[in-house]
Amino acid sequence: MTIPLSLQFINLLAALLLLIAFAMLAQRRILSLINLFAWQGAVLALSTFVVAYTTSQHHLYYSAALTLLLKVMVLPWLLHRLIHRLNVRWDVETLLNIPTTMLAGLALVIFAFNLAAPISQLAQGITRGLIGIALASVMLSLLMMLTRRKAVSQVVAFLSLENGLFFAATSATQGMPLVVELGIALDVLVATFIFGIFFFQIRETFESLDITHMEKLKDD
Amino acid sequence: MMNNSEFILAIVFQLTQLLLVVLAAPLLTGWVNQCQAWLQNRSGAGMLQPYRVLHKLFHKDAVIAHNASWLFRITPYIVFGCMWLAAAIIPIIAVDLPFSGVADVIALVGVFALARMFIALAAMDIGTSFGTLGARREMLVSFLAEPALLMVLFTASMISHSTQLPRIVEALAHHQFALYPSLAFAALAFVIVLLAENARIPVDNPSTHLELTMIHEAMILEYSARHLALIEWASSLKLFAYISIGIALFLPHGIAEVGNWAGLPLAIVLLLLKLLAAGAGLAVLEVVTAKMRIFRAPEFLGTAFLLAVLGLLIHFLLGT
Amino acid sequence: MTGMLPLQGIGAAITLWIALGLMGLLFRHSAKLVAHLLFPVGALASLVLAVIGLWSLDASPQMVVLPLGLPDLPLHLRLDSLSSFFLILLGGASFGVSLFGSGYFRHMESKTLGLLCLEYHLFLTGMTLVLLADDAYMFMVAWETMALSSYFLVTTDHHVPDIRKAGFLYLLIAHVGAIAILLGFGVMQGGHGIGAYTFDAMREAHLSPFWASAAFLLALFGFGAKAGALPLHVWLPEAHPAAPSPVSALMSGVMLKTAIYGILRVTFDLLHTQIWWWGVLTLALGLMTAIFGVMFAAVQGDMKRLLAYSSIENIGLLLVGIGLTIIFHVYGKGALAALSLTATLYHSLNHAMFKSLLFIGTGSILHATGQRNMGRLGGLIHQMPWTSVLMLVGVLAIAGVPPLNGFVSEWLLLQAFLLSPGLPDSYVNMLVPVAAAAIALAAALAAYVMVKFYGVIFLGQRREQVLEHAHDAGHWERAGMAWLALTCVALGLAPVFVVQHIDYVSHLLIGTQLGNAAADWMFLAPVDTERASYSPLYFLLAVSGVMLLIVLLVRHLYHGRLRRGPAWDCGFPAQNARMQDTAEGFGQPIRRIFEPFFKIESEMPTPFDTHPKYHGRSDDRLWFMLYLPISRLTERLSGWASLLQHGRIHLYLTYTFVTLVILLIFV
Repeated sequence: MTIPLSLQFINLLAALLLLIAFAMLAQRRILSLINLFAWQGAVLALSTFVVAYTTSQHHLYYSAALTLLLKVMVLPWLLHRLIHRLNVRWDVETLLNIPTTMLAGLALVIFAFNLAAPISQLAQGITRGLIGIALASVMLSLLMMLTRRKAVSQVVAFLSLENGLFFAATSATQGMPLVVELGIALDVLVATFIFGIFFFQIRETFESLDITHMEKLKDD
Repeated sequence: MMNNSEFILAIVFQLTQLLLVVLAAPLLTGWVNQCQAWLQNRSGAGMLQPYRVLHKLFHKDAVIAHNASWLFRITPYIVFGCMWLAAAIIPIIAVDLPFSGVADVIALVGVFALARMFIALAAMDIGTSFGTLGARREMLVSFLAEPALLMVLFTASMISHSTQLPRIVEALAHHQFALYPSLAFAALAFVIVLLAENARIPVDNPSTHLELTMIHEAMILEYSARHLALIEWASSLKLFAYISIGIALFLPHGIAEVGNWAGLPLAIVLLLLKLLAAGAGLAVLEVVTAKMRIFRAPEFLGTAFLLAVLGLLIHFLLGT
Repeated sequence: MTGMLPLQGIGAAITLWIALGLMGLLFRHSAKLVAHLLFPVGALASLVLAVIGLWSLDASPQMVVLPLGLPDLPLHLRLDSLSSFFLILLGGASFGVSLFGSGYFRHMESKTLGLLCLEYHLFLTGMTLVLLADDAYMFMVAWETMALSSYFLVTTDHHVPDIRKAGFLYLLIAHVGAIAILLGFGVMQGGHGIGAYTFDAMREAHLSPFWASAAFLLALFGFGAKAGALPLHVWLPEAHPAAPSPVSALMSGVMLKTAIYGILRVTFDLLHTQIWWWGVLTLALGLMTAIFGVMFAAVQGDMKRLLAYSSIENIGLLLVGIGLTIIFHVYGKGALAALSLTATLYHSLNHAMFKSLLFIGTGSILHATGQRNMGRLGGLIHQMPWTSVLMLVGVLAIAGVPPLNGFVSEWLLLQAFLLSPGLPDSYVNMLVPVAAAAIALAAALAAYVMVKFYGVIFLGQRREQVLEHAHDAGHWERAGMAWLALTCVALGLAPVFVVQHIDYVSHLLIGTQLGNAAADWMFLAPVDTERASYSPLYFLLAVSGVMLLIVLLVRHLYHGRLRRGPAWDCGFPAQNARMQDTAEGFGQPIRRIFEPFFKIESEMPTPFDTHPKYHGRSDDRLWFMLYLPISRLTERLSGWASLLQHGRIHLYLTYTFVTLVILLIFV
């Protein structure tokens, strides 16, 4: 019945992760969106740290530090700079209205948990909800990508999707080899740069970051 | 079962709390206002200002509109009675309150609903444009806030396997320390509900008299003197009750156990600290946010509702 | 033979009703006699039925075979706890409604009244027999009597084309439903031949899961059509405004419950097995119906349409209760099944009382003002003090606030949700909190609707000058409303008593019962006092005690001076009745929030209009998406069928001949 405190703490952090994913889904402002992303990174770093401490796997400390550096500091800073340069501090326009999106999100959570239930049975040493939560936050990020119009918020969604995957990797399976993690971190960083370049290209072509304009690219 | 002396003790606790809440509630409102004044770089009217206002209002002659009916006149008493009862059954100092068996958390939400319906009906009674506007908006805000509150309370009930507030508090406070992820969601939802139901920024503005922004004030525009005093006092009690619920659900630690005389002084000191902190927090929250457009409010509250449901789901899913 | 006494008593009451109906036809020249004598006597018969129901609730089932009916097909009647419970509901509600009718109908044209008296009492008879029927044949006869007599009651004002249309729609859906029920009985008798039409034979028949499901679905469809479950609800908002108010009250308060009775009877008594997805289906259907009903109620401008939609909402809640009961029962959670069944039955009883009260109240308003449109009412609390007080009780009861009865059943239902521990199926398990949230939302919206209903009609300034001459309800009407209001209060204050009586029904249907864990009858505690308890009586005492105390204190310490003056209204000098919210205005936020669900048509005036006119209506999308296509299809099909029609006798003879030849070939 009694669950060790560290596990309870990870559970709480998992719930916070999901909460932030929902908050991102409901957020209209792009600046707050980036701040929420930074918070998500912080929660992730903390949970990685707790996992590292409880399982005393030292390489996870590095990975926690890396997360902190990359996702709480560098990427948000990059994104801030990006929206400053692009001058896109507008409200996020959503395709669906927010309560409907949230309702869809709720359904996705239920779906994700049921999907994860058999996998969780196999995983050892963790409470069964963690994989479900990770999967749910991945799905919520996908939903966010679907419902947003502006390219910047889609990138934030993409990054938060990666956060969900990372959480699944560290908390549920107690971490990947450090090399893989380093690789992923590098990938994400590079992807952000490439996205940044893309934004400038998109804006130059359409004079807007609204991706609905990309429909014009189709041959008529 | 309880023996006689324990029962008498419980009654004493109950009566103490009954008196305490009704006397202390305006002080809490005064504290929140004073904190706000400080944050806005004003000197403020002092924490005792609500008492002065009540005293002044009780002395005045009541003036009511020509076409006010009996419903208009009894509403302040009903609202006051409901709020007093609500504030009195929430365990904040000690968990054994004999009255709390009368109404569990669902009934508590029902008591709030009863008071709300009466005040909305009274607002429509005179037939002014502001009164109906206020009633409509109040019902608009509450139709989402009420289920959200219910879901928050359900999450706590699920954890403690009881809808009795003392049992919930007991389970949350006295059992071994545990973190409940579902309560994190519930807490966030509860804060939103608290802001909405107590006519606070960003949903309503307690100090406004601008027609476009009023909700609660629009409903009570036609009240004066003792009626207004009772309604204001009831509002203070409501805020006190909500903050007490918040404390009971999310910060119950330190509450006196059943029949524990010795724990009482500590419990009172801790409660005072918690109330001060909660009031200051509320003031900060109000100062840093801006009032929303009225049609953003349903979205805001819808978020609270969904968060509360999510909390309940998380409880089901994580099994904690 | 004391065991037969209750059935004989019911037989006597029914005979009395039929006799009263015939007498109404006989004395159709004296409206006064019909209204002031026949209806009160009929009301007494209702009361007798309720008492018999209460008396035989704990008795063992009693059966009788009537020497009536077709040769070899005698009619069977049976009185068990379930029937008794619904008899109490029928008797209690119709007592108040008939009393009200005694006053309400006295101004009616005497010839119409004579006929109406017959139809009214036949309607009551039909409903009673539905509850007692113990074979499919008897059941269908009673069901049809009920449907037809209520059809004629709805079309009492058959000179109005709209009312004829509403009546037709009602009749159509009632018959579509009846066919489904008949087919359901056909499935349930399991191919055992003509002798197996009794309910006893159906209880014996062991159907395969497939056929049991077929029977359940047919019953759900058929009874759902009568109850007004989505998407078969369309007749309710048409038929209720068309019917005279006491008739609407009976239809909404009692007749809809016969459908609930039917579902309970088929699911838990006639079918020997239940399957979990039946519960999920019913639960989902109920949730949709509840949310849909309350949403549409919020945007209505006609007071009786509003109440009709509110009835749809309440039927939704009842279906949710039934769905939960099925789920819990299937998964072997006996106590929980008993809890949700108790909530369902309790709510049926409550809804019968407060909805009848509200409908007859609208009748009084209609009499006094001639208006059904809430946008032309207002301020009636001054002209109609009695009606307004009694209606306030009904409004608070239906809005589900303590200490009245609507709250108790809501409380029980929510407790059932809360107590549900892990069910084996994880999707079903997760449906439970979501469903609880939806129920809470529907209940909160119901409060919105009821504030609108009461506030716009009774409060504020008079929107029309003629309302000044509105008169309060007469003595008979008051008596009827007072009875129903009192039952609402009593059902709210004595929940333990009611729950203990419902236990007999639970025991019959699902084999478990709830009981009361508290030693004290003042406290309702379904499972355990540690888990949950509620005491409406203490609550009422506390609140009224506090109120009294405050009044005395304020008077004593300060003063009680009161002056009257013009309304303040933020100092705006010009105030008139048109500045208040109309019904439409009050519902506007709901219309805006739930916009995708409505089909909204509105004309906005431009700022430069010298005679600005606003017009808006919100329609049901289902009507356009489901019913109109079906009706167009039917019309086209019947168009083809009409090709056969020529009016020449020879051709028809040819058809007959060709049919005969074809049949001979195949045989």
